[in-house]
Amino acid sequence: MILLFVLMLARAPLPVTLGNTADGLLQHLSLLFVPAGVGVVQHLELLSGAGLRLMAVVVLTTLITLAVTALVFAALARLLHADALAAGKPESGERP
Amino acid sequence: MTNFVDLWVYLSGSPLLWLTTTLLAYLAADAISAACGRHPLANPVLIAVTFVSIVVVASGTSFPAYFAGAQFVHFLLGPATVALAVPLVRHLPQVRRALVPMLVALVAGSATAIACAVWLARAFGLDRAEILALAPKSATAAIAMGIAEKMGGDPALTAVLTILTGITGAIIVTPLMNALRLRNYAARGFAAGLTSHGIGTARAFQVDPLAGTFAGIALGLNGLLTALLVPLLLPWLLN
Repeated sequence: MILLFVLMLARAPLPVTLGNTADGLLQHLSLLFVPAGVGVVQHLELLSGAGLRLMAVVVLTTLITLAVTALVFAALARLLHADALAAGKPESGERP
Repeated sequence: MTNFVDLWVYLSGSPLLWLTTTLLAYLAADAISAACGRHPLANPVLIAVTFVSIVVVASGTSFPAYFAGAQFVHFLLGPATVALAVPLVRHLPQVRRALVPMLVALVAGSATAIACAVWLARAFGLDRAEILALAPKSATAAIAMGIAEKMGGDPALTAVLTILTGITGAIIVTPLMNALRLRNYAARGFAAGLTSHGIGTARAFQVDPLAGTFAGIALGLNGLLTALLVPLLLPWLLN
């Protein structure tokens, strides 16, 4: 990722085919996690015993981390008047 | 009937069967997700994994046999990581302007993920092995497994918890951000990638290209920072 990034900074115009390939891959990023996900299902017995408590930690930590990260980011962006980075595109709020 | 059995014997000996199953399950899951207007609960990873798992378990297939076919999909994770540089270059001005918020949110988020996991696990009375497996779970699975192994935890349990964190985050990020009234899609994406690594990033790309870009950055940076912070914070958090 870093190599490609530096390479692309060096030669400014993004080759169309490269852009299309990357878009295609990233659009279907979900697909790439399916084999790993199936592997997890095979190992679900690891959760037995403390499963409910482990799941509670996962859900709570995820919730708190998401909120802290986004709130810190947004607050600093507003503070530094960099909030315009979301400007220039319509904010519908109805996006999923 | 013998024809069917013959066909089955032939196909089950070939990795293509499981590659095809994975692709078909994903196509179905993606169609369901699209039909639900990309509703967060209709998470394509979760649906596709459920479909494939049902088939794998029902047919009595072992995971290595399944993975022999699915590895071709799994392999694409590498190229996809490289491809994350493309949206980064496209949104370079926005990324540059958000450098300070990004770096502060990175440190705050990464430390929160580790500290919260350890504190909550201790509060719930989980044992040391489980705490070690929980601590790095916001990093991408490969890194999280490496960290846990080095600290003396179980990499397999870490992988399970990491993927579960990915799916959980991908499902709750949109309703949570809407409840917080956060309209900054860079911040929303960054949080998704930091907390829920690749699966969160996949969700962010579904919602908004700018959110996806920042999710990709967060995924990369938090993998590194978690590897640094877990060994640093853990002795202190466990006391």
